[in-house]
Amino acid sequence: MTNAVDLFDLTQKEREAQAAYRTTVLCCGSTACLSGGAQATQDAIASALEERGVQQDVRMVATGCMGLCSRGPLVKIRTRGGEDVLYADVDEAAGRTIAEDHVVGGEVVADKQLSLTHPFFARQERVVLENMGEIDPNRIEEYIARGGYTALRDAITTMTPAGVVEVVQRSGLRGRGGGGYPAGTKWGLLAKAVSDQKTVIANGDEGDPGAYMDRTIMEDDPHRVLEGLALAAYATGAKQGYIYVRAEYPVAVRRLEQAIRQAKRHKLLGKNLFNSEFEFNVEIRIGAGAFVCGEETALMASIMGQRGTPVLRPPYPTERGLWGHPSMINNVETLANVPTIMRRGADWFAGIGTRTSRGTKVFALAGKLRNTGLIEVPMGITLREIVEEIGGGVPDGKAFKAAQTGGPSGGCIPVEHADTSMDYDSLLALGSIMGSGGLIVMDDDVAMPEVARYFMRFCMDESCGKCLPCRAGTFEMHQLLDAICEGRATAATLARLEILCDVVRTDSLCGLGQTAPNPVLSTLHYFRDEYEARVVPPKVAAEATVAATSERSA
Amino acid sequence: MAGVTLMIDGVEVEAPAGESIMQAARRAGINVPGLCQLDGVSVVGACRLCMVEVAGTPRPRPACATTVADAMDVHTDTKELREHRRVLLQMLFAEGQHICAVCVANGACELQTLAAEVGVDHVHFTPPAARLSMDLSHERFGYDPSRCVLCTRCVRACAEVEGAYTWGVAGRGREAHLVADLGQPWGEATSCTSCGKCVSVCPVGALFEKGTSVGERRVERALVSSLTARRQRESAREVLK
Repeated sequence: MTNAVDLFDLTQKEREAQAAYRTTVLCCGSTACLSGGAQATQDAIASALEERGVQQDVRMVATGCMGLCSRGPLVKIRTRGGEDVLYADVDEAAGRTIAEDHVVGGEVVADKQLSLTHPFFARQERVVLENMGEIDPNRIEEYIARGGYTALRDAITTMTPAGVVEVVQRSGLRGRGGGGYPAGTKWGLLAKAVSDQKTVIANGDEGDPGAYMDRTIMEDDPHRVLEGLALAAYATGAKQGYIYVRAEYPVAVRRLEQAIRQAKRHKLLGKNLFNSEFEFNVEIRIGAGAFVCGEETALMASIMGQRGTPVLRPPYPTERGLWGHPSMINNVETLANVPTIMRRGADWFAGIGTRTSRGTKVFALAGKLRNTGLIEVPMGITLREIVEEIGGGVPDGKAFKAAQTGGPSGGCIPVEHADTSMDYDSLLALGSIMGSGGLIVMDDDVAMPEVARYFMRFCMDESCGKCLPCRAGTFEMHQLLDAICEGRATAATLARLEILCDVVRTDSLCGLGQTAPNPVLSTLHYFRDEYEARVVPPKVAAEATVAATSERSA
Repeated sequence: MAGVTLMIDGVEVEAPAGESIMQAARRAGINVPGLCQLDGVSVVGACRLCMVEVAGTPRPRPACATTVADAMDVHTDTKELREHRRVLLQMLFAEGQHICAVCVANGACELQTLAAEVGVDHVHFTPPAARLSMDLSHERFGYDPSRCVLCTRCVRACAEVEGAYTWGVAGRGREAHLVADLGQPWGEATSCTSCGKCVSVCPVGALFEKGTSVGERRVERALVSSLTARRQRESAREVLK
């Protein structure tokens, strides 16, 4: 028997160590802020504190994403006994001023301060992102000090695997990757499968344009993903886990690798966890840059070292998955919900959100808004609340026209439906999907056929080429959308586009092709006039086509 | 083996459990169009021409990859399925350079036959911009990618029946194409045994024997299927011994 880690002891030590400092400077060190110069800000603050000789009293932490990425670099000052003060747009000079005036002098720098009661923060409800902006993702101690790994410990030491499945089932957690399949049901299927070679897989192959929810979770709270995956393994009887991360996320890969090493060292991964018979190991698999590898059968093919193309289902992975053994794939955000659900209970979680969509959803808020960044909101919030309150509305006197959810598989929600509740079923009814959490807001400058063309281009480039409808259909649809956008389309073009949408949606092999027409269908449904306005008489279209062709060949 | 009874296009069909809808339909004399399916190699369900409607399922299913079940109600030839097949076949024609008058497979081409069956006489889609170059490096065979329909029968016959694993697919979407070994010219692919199984299973004129001209392609698609069937019988006999 190995000695189990004493989480309580670790927590006490870490909290004492943290409490020894008078002031804590939390600098956002996530990818968005770093690209905005957060490293220079951090260095400026550190050197200012050093000059004043107070560096021993101040704890500097490079934290994960604080959310309001459009106003980065963000810095939060926490003083013993005082309230947190958040600063936005902190460049080097501002960092120096904050260090000298606030940290040393105790005077809040008003012109850079951003109120924490700002609706961007006040309207959010953080479950998955609860540690973001609070902990240093490089240190397991900070995760543990905030209750990390206690859910795993309590599950292993006090609950049966079936009990864990039951909690997840009762919480109403649904898959956050886009489909919204009930997580508890999926866990139950794998738990029921008979095999000693089961695997659980975390899907971190996030690829929707503009979306970075999973990346942030993996980069900034990697232990949460590990704990969620370990809980899934305990509940389903799996011994091996994989985290599939796309190669474009090198920081996520590095942080996860480090987290796995730390967890092993603390005996939170490996054999005889918490003095039980339970054994669990995790490996990282890095994708090679194909969007389709987010599809679960393609993802498994890629893990097995094959070409990442989907295969027919059934059999489903929980029957025949990796190397023919039962496997289960959960999205990173789905798994990241689980430790908190286990700690706070299924009923607490089910109390957030709507009747069919429980809990919260992380969105990558982007587009024509004053405030953009990463947000976590309870399901059931309206699109208008997100756009106007959290996002601060559309800037430059422009009007909110539509929001795109679900990336290339989703659709556009027009402003008329802005009061719709953001949950799986309402979005589906509007012809869009929840998707993994991309949310792009568009103002009245945006032409919808061009939006459809953009997403079709994406699907065309990302089609794996295995099945005919997706391989050839996305190309043909892109050609037609190109013609529409460039004034070479006739009324017949629109009719043909609709037929193609139907064929590709109905006949494609996997989800990529089946959902590829969605951006076209939803924009055609809500903004048909924009398509029709671009239709020209056949003679004009023919002349434009000839001109375009001769231009290309010249 | 226990059998099941199902309805295919209103005809009652009996089939052994585990059989596909396509096999059951063909035995009952109902032809379901298909291109990637080939007896004797594994099922991939990629051409999507054999989509059929199964009562109670939200979307059509590929007949080659859907197992029969008792009381299943299958329709293989509805107006909608016919329309979709016409569009799909047109897309196949538009993807490559399918000019029967100069093709070695003329008269023995499954794409040609399918077009006649399904009723495609015009192609309304964009023809490819660039012509792809042929691989004539193999001493006995040639590969013309502009005639390839990516059914991957050759890939599967090579791997599953010959065991050589010479053929593979590279590239994404419209760029997807066959590659020999690690992408070298076919003639330099050391795993190739020159057995010709890939050529024999090609439904079109993409893989062909050198020295054959228009309409001279020999049809021997049953070779791979009968080989597999014979091997299965042999191994069943081994087990009995």
